[in-house]
Amino acid sequence: MLSHLNLEATELRLGLPGSDDLPSTNKRPSPEDHQTPPAPKAQIVGWPPVKSYRKSTAAAKSAEAESGMYVKVSMDGAPYLRKIDIKLYDGYSHLLTALEDMFKLSIGEYSEREGYKGSEYAPAYEDKDGDLMLVGDVPWEMFMSSCKRLRIMRGADARGLASAQH
Amino acid sequence: MDQDHKKLKESPFPCEGLEKVLSFIDSHKDRSSASLVCKDWYDAERWTRSKLFIGNCYSVSPEIVARRFPKIKSVRLKGKPRFSDFNLLPQDWGANVHAWLVMFAKVYPSLEELRLKRMTVSDESLDLLARSFPGFKALSLSSCDGFTDEGLKAIATHCRTLTELDIADSVTVDIGGGWLSCFPEGFASLEILNFASLQCEVSFDALERLVSRCRALRVLKVNESINLEQLQRLLVQVPHLTGLGTGSFMQELTPRQYEGVQSAFSNCKNLQVLSGLWDATSLYLPLVYGACASLTFLNLSEADLRSGELAKFLPHCTSLRRLWVIDTVGDKGLEAVGLSCPLLEELRVFPIDPYDLDNRQGVTEVGFLAVSRGCPNLNYVLYFCRKMTNDAVATIVQNCPDFTHFRLCIMNPGEPDHLTNEPMDEAFGAVSKTCTKLRRLSVSGLLTDMAFEYIGKFAKNLETLSVAFAGSSDRGMQCVLEGCPKLRKLEIRDCLFGNAALLSGLDKYETMRSLWMSACNLTIKGCRLLAKEMPRLNVEVIQDEWSDETHANKVYVYRSLAGPRQDAPPFVLTLGGEDI
Repeated sequence: MLSHLNLEATELRLGLPGSDDLPSTNKRPSPEDHQTPPAPKAQIVGWPPVKSYRKSTAAAKSAEAESGMYVKVSMDGAPYLRKIDIKLYDGYSHLLTALEDMFKLSIGEYSEREGYKGSEYAPAYEDKDGDLMLVGDVPWEMFMSSCKRLRIMRGADARGLASAQH
Repeated sequence: MDQDHKKLKESPFPCEGLEKVLSFIDSHKDRSSASLVCKDWYDAERWTRSKLFIGNCYSVSPEIVARRFPKIKSVRLKGKPRFSDFNLLPQDWGANVHAWLVMFAKVYPSLEELRLKRMTVSDESLDLLARSFPGFKALSLSSCDGFTDEGLKAIATHCRTLTELDIADSVTVDIGGGWLSCFPEGFASLEILNFASLQCEVSFDALERLVSRCRALRVLKVNESINLEQLQRLLVQVPHLTGLGTGSFMQELTPRQYEGVQSAFSNCKNLQVLSGLWDATSLYLPLVYGACASLTFLNLSEADLRSGELAKFLPHCTSLRRLWVIDTVGDKGLEAVGLSCPLLEELRVFPIDPYDLDNRQGVTEVGFLAVSRGCPNLNYVLYFCRKMTNDAVATIVQNCPDFTHFRLCIMNPGEPDHLTNEPMDEAFGAVSKTCTKLRRLSVSGLLTDMAFEYIGKFAKNLETLSVAFAGSSDRGMQCVLEGCPKLRKLEIRDCLFGNAALLSGLDKYETMRSLWMSACNLTIKGCRLLAKEMPRLNVEVIQDEWSDETHANKVYVYRSLAGPRQDAPPFVLTLGGEDI
């Protein structure tokens, strides 16, 4: 957009330079267009002005995308957090086995209708919108891209989650 | 008048007396004023100055400095323009400290302190530093780059009387942790050690031994590689710390370990500054409560706390004056700040999600208002948000009229008042009018020339102004240049100000430290005109992929006694007036 500069740009008028050309940065997906992914937000170099000694955060994020998708995992009642790389797992059963090993617990069988019935713990996750969802409800690929944080909940609490979603 | 003048000449003030008096003056601004009185005072001042402050390393040369000041013990030197922090400056732009160090080694062998900001520092330079000054005490590298652990090893190995090593927020991607093990066994003089931004592990053994030897240690800021158990072992050695940066809180503790860590913190009765706290959760945050009674500065900018966690934490910090948080605390968290921190003077709120990838709410005008109601002494704010209103800002400055630093960053460029959809002009008008002590201002949101009219008309003490995605015509910038008598630094990006605006400041730039303009409407021709009219300014155009034969995309203008840069890389075009 900057290569289209001309003298008219110095004319008195309200609005940003080249504002006709700027992609909308305020698009938030409304409930209606759940099906269509939100428009990719235009990233402006060096904006917002946040310092990062870990190189630019954008660079760090893209590096992360190449190397791994780390999410924090917490377990109700346990005083510590773990971090795992979801990219290492090729599906739900692989992930759940790993979680069982890591936290020394049993998770049990998943069914679409009843969630993780009959087990002491059930895995849930926080998605991009901040909602708490039961692990397993969406296709694995979608889960990988929308999972922000994992939470191993007590079975009783998770049952509420399962029934709320169905 | 003549009679008095004669009297003065007859009984001149003895210069030894003058030198004695001047030796008590620390402030470089006062010394500068003193040096302008007359030749005798200029001489007395230059012989007694021991602390050197250079705000722009290119405004003067090492030779000029060496000629004027014979006895310097402490140097503060700043390099790149501030927007280099946000990747707007290409690599290898300059501000290399080496030539300065070569001069210092020759002329100031008793140098004790070196504090650099935004400079490139090579390992070779650090090695030269380590070997050239036998009494060297304090090294502080803020936002610097260019060095690796080799350079730090040289410092650790050779600086026998080192009291301070602070690598603050320098670029540490290439730096390993081996240097920490290089302090000799007999070395015990360290008082301040800050390696919080180091991304590599250090040897905990070496660190523990170092800390146990340095009985005068008062500030220790470790990096994320140090866990809670290790931190406890350190704290037990130095409970008298006044400044602490913890390591990571992400560790499983047994109840016994928990008690041990908690007790170690409780024994730190002198803590004034606390930072670090990576991955602190609500279960482990209470560990630090016992250390917080005398805390004046709490830096939570690495801990993404929720509102509840912050609300529980703050009542333990009854003396708090400065608070840095991440916007995950939300407006609710800021309400807790307003309720719990009546003595607060400085608040900084950083965004967890600056690029808006996760659609996080962050904070809004509600939180800011709540803080202003509860904290009337607020004088410094840095606030990142996505929504703001003119009314809120007007109310905020009514509640807190003493702002000296007001930095508001509404993260979406050109965002209007989210309730009225109007430009944010009135907000910054209110700030300029009400905050008579305002020295630094960063504006954001949708702004017309009106905002700049207000600033030019009312902000009479303004020294630093940062502008982005704003203004409606050249007049905006002109209002500021003509209106703000104390303006020293002006940094502008992505605005439509053009040559006319640039040239309206002809008389101004020699009274300022520097002007930065990027992605505005400047042409090479306009910049050349400025260079021609003002030969004592360096007018530099940085050529990048957006530049062409006419468009000057990145322009840096600054006054200089040293003439054009000798070390300019090929992509920096220094404009002289001759070739118009």
